[in-house]
Amino acid sequence: MSSKNSSLITNPFSKNNPITVQILGICSALAVTAQLKPAVVMAISVTVVVALANLIISLMRNTIPPRIRIIVQLVVVSALVVLVNQVLMAFVYDVSKQLSVYVGLIITNCIVMGRLEAFAMTNKPWDSLLDGIGNGLGYAIILVILGFVRELFGSGSIWGYPICEKLGLYNIGYENNGLVILAPMALILVGIIIWIQRSSDKTLQEK
Amino acid sequence: MLEFFNIFVKSIFIDNMIFAFFLGMCSFLAVSKTVKTSAGLGIAVTFVLLVTVPVNYLLNKYVLQPGALTWISDSLANVDLSFLSLILFIAVIAAIVQIVEMVVEKYSPSLYNSLGIFLPLIAVNCAVMGASLFMQQRDYSNIGDVFAFSLGSGIGWFLAIVGIAAIREKLRYSHIPAPLKGVGITFIITGLMAIAFMSFMGIKL
Repeated sequence: MSSKNSSLITNPFSKNNPITVQILGICSALAVTAQLKPAVVMAISVTVVVALANLIISLMRNTIPPRIRIIVQLVVVSALVVLVNQVLMAFVYDVSKQLSVYVGLIITNCIVMGRLEAFAMTNKPWDSLLDGIGNGLGYAIILVILGFVRELFGSGSIWGYPICEKLGLYNIGYENNGLVILAPMALILVGIIIWIQRSSDKTLQEK
Repeated sequence: MLEFFNIFVKSIFIDNMIFAFFLGMCSFLAVSKTVKTSAGLGIAVTFVLLVTVPVNYLLNKYVLQPGALTWISDSLANVDLSFLSLILFIAVIAAIVQIVEMVVEKYSPSLYNSLGIFLPLIAVNCAVMGASLFMQQRDYSNIGDVFAFSLGSGIGWFLAIVGIAAIREKLRYSHIPAPLKGVGITFIITGLMAIAFMSFMGIKL
């Protein structure tokens, strides 16, 4: 593992994060993070799809005619997503019901298409696989943060364990914040994450 | 008639693609810098939705649903092809976007020039795919409902992107903390707009 390869994995965590810096794949990041468990399942699914799609497209990159590459990419990605969808329905049916249409929407997730276009079409298979895993994990870390914050403050629990009730917070007048579970707060939380990240790293700020 | 109108209004305001389901956020954030381009993209998305969702509805009804193939022969009543719906929906969307692009290029070069760059991008817009999947999940009973739903979703998306673009044009002259400039503040404003749209949730249709 050379330093270039390890930077392929670590860069998406901070300097090149798919959500907060590249602004890709926002739809699912916001929609599935009302609780931690679906967020983690979604993060794993997307990581698997990005990594494998990157690998497959990179293996085929010299034989794909440029004019129809979008269709070829869509076919590869949707085949992988169909597999992921069937696996989720077989092993974690309740989470798959919660994620509803957002599993299918991994096909049009901009992270997948973006990495295929920007990286896999021009790089070797091993590098592309690492890039896919790195970007999947960079996406995962934001999903886990969002899922943790929204479940803790919105429902008063962590991974379904009712922590606020066990600590007796409700008896001293604590209330869950219902707004955190709803759509608007997810957007504002991502805004705050971007704020924190760009305050500490001035090179990412926009003019 | 009233039923179509209900679905239409519901999909514009209450089930707004962006503020309630976050669909199409990528192009929403990337293209909303000026009102003119975002209006162009909004119209293109509305048009593609209006064509693809009814086609996918027919596909779902006559090919994919469990027992949908009985119009060929009764022996196919147990066939369930719904696991193929993702791959077929995206194929239909990609093909229709391609056809729309060619038709527009042939018959209206001026419209093609103003939309040109956005048309191919619509194939990978979550809002288009998402509308087809919602259509399948909500099980609309006839094609009129589906037309009302797809037109309403498109107009809702159009309103959202034009609204945020107008706000961003004004924001260019405001003093925003440096780390929030650009995307950060756009996220927060979208959140505030979503809170405003939540006020429609109480309406019973």
